[in-house]
Amino acid sequence: MILLVDLCYKPGSLSRYEFVDPIARIVAGAGYGVTIVHYSEIRKPMPDADAVILCGTALADNAFLADPDVFSWITACSCPVLGICAGMQAIVRCFGGTITERCEIGMTDIRVTAADPLLGTPRTFSAYELHGFAVGSPGVLTVCAESACCIQAVRHPSRPVYGVMFHPEVRNEWVVEDFVRREVPERGPPPC
Amino acid sequence: MKLGVLCSGGKDSLFACWKAMQHETVSCLISVISANEDSYMFHTPNIRLTRLQAEAAGLPLVEIETAGEKEEELADLEDAIRRSVEAYGIEGIVTGAILSVYQASRVQRICRELGLWCFNPLWHTDQDAYMEELIGAGFEVLIAGVFSAPFDESWLGRRMDHAMLAELRSIAEKWHITLTGEGGELETFVADAPFFSRAITVTRAHTAYRNHNGRYLIDQAELTAK
Repeated sequence: MILLVDLCYKPGSLSRYEFVDPIARIVAGAGYGVTIVHYSEIRKPMPDADAVILCGTALADNAFLADPDVFSWITACSCPVLGICAGMQAIVRCFGGTITERCEIGMTDIRVTAADPLLGTPRTFSAYELHGFAVGSPGVLTVCAESACCIQAVRHPSRPVYGVMFHPEVRNEWVVEDFVRREVPERGPPPC
Repeated sequence: MKLGVLCSGGKDSLFACWKAMQHETVSCLISVISANEDSYMFHTPNIRLTRLQAEAAGLPLVEIETAGEKEEELADLEDAIRRSVEAYGIEGIVTGAILSVYQASRVQRICRELGLWCFNPLWHTDQDAYMEELIGAGFEVLIAGVFSAPFDESWLGRRMDHAMLAELRSIAEKWHITLTGEGGELETFVADAPFFSRAITVTRAHTAYRNHNGRYLIDQAELTAK
């Protein structure tokens, strides 16, 4: 089961349709079971989660940044983790990095700066951005991709923990599909 | 949270309004009337009838006219949103955007500029499930425009039901278009919604059609008891 963490301003919010449900559809479409939990209701991953995905929020929604301790479970999480936009910001803060105000809206070029297990070989691709904050410093995390505006992807140097600033649910569903298939191959659909 | 809904009169904006009402407070509808029939941002058939939709929903309507020039119409939209903030104290905007990055990112930028929230409850939705929910919830949706093959004049003014949805599924598969007409193949007009206290009855309408390009134009309509 893939645990999706909803980072929106309240449980069951109007934003969930936009930032959580599309990710759930991609994961379910890849053949995996999905459970959705709001970040305020979780202090550690559910015991049977095979991987965790922290979803994004609306541009004006930064309530999740109020209390960094609420995400402290991420550093102790034994399963693979992917953070998307707000989710990446939460991950960066857990691993000693900082967040700074920097806005990007719409399609932009993403440069993969070094070969990465999640994003592949160095190249440029186009992705959808919707963020008011970005990574200031990445802490212990390795920077894997950038745009003209800011850091676009990070990963932990020794653990399967990833973050992307762009929204893969728009035209880059492969990022989410590859994450679950790569990190949780035994729980996916049987090969054709 | 008080919200304003960008309303074209079509199914996506009114369904988004219905979803917003389930979570927050919808304080007004906002309509931009474009003189440009090919506007990238604003759908045009029967846009003036959003007045009746607002009345049926018991909501005030903020209307603004635009020449529909590509980027100037965004300044006009921003003006309409600003007026809605002043008049109704809205804190956010709701749109019916499904896949259009062009539309969504422009509204997002305006909301950012004005310090407003932006909600797109149909963003990358499961289109089949959406259409089922739309029909099942009691929305009365009329085909108000056809803009590509294989849609012909016979579609204009038709009411969307499960039989039409089955037809649309087969067309979407064969012609590689989206089920919701997101590529601009179809435009719609909502004559009734679960949150309307009265329904809109069309008393006079005509069609204008040529070569898979046509509009169902409502000349006269009134609110009637449901």
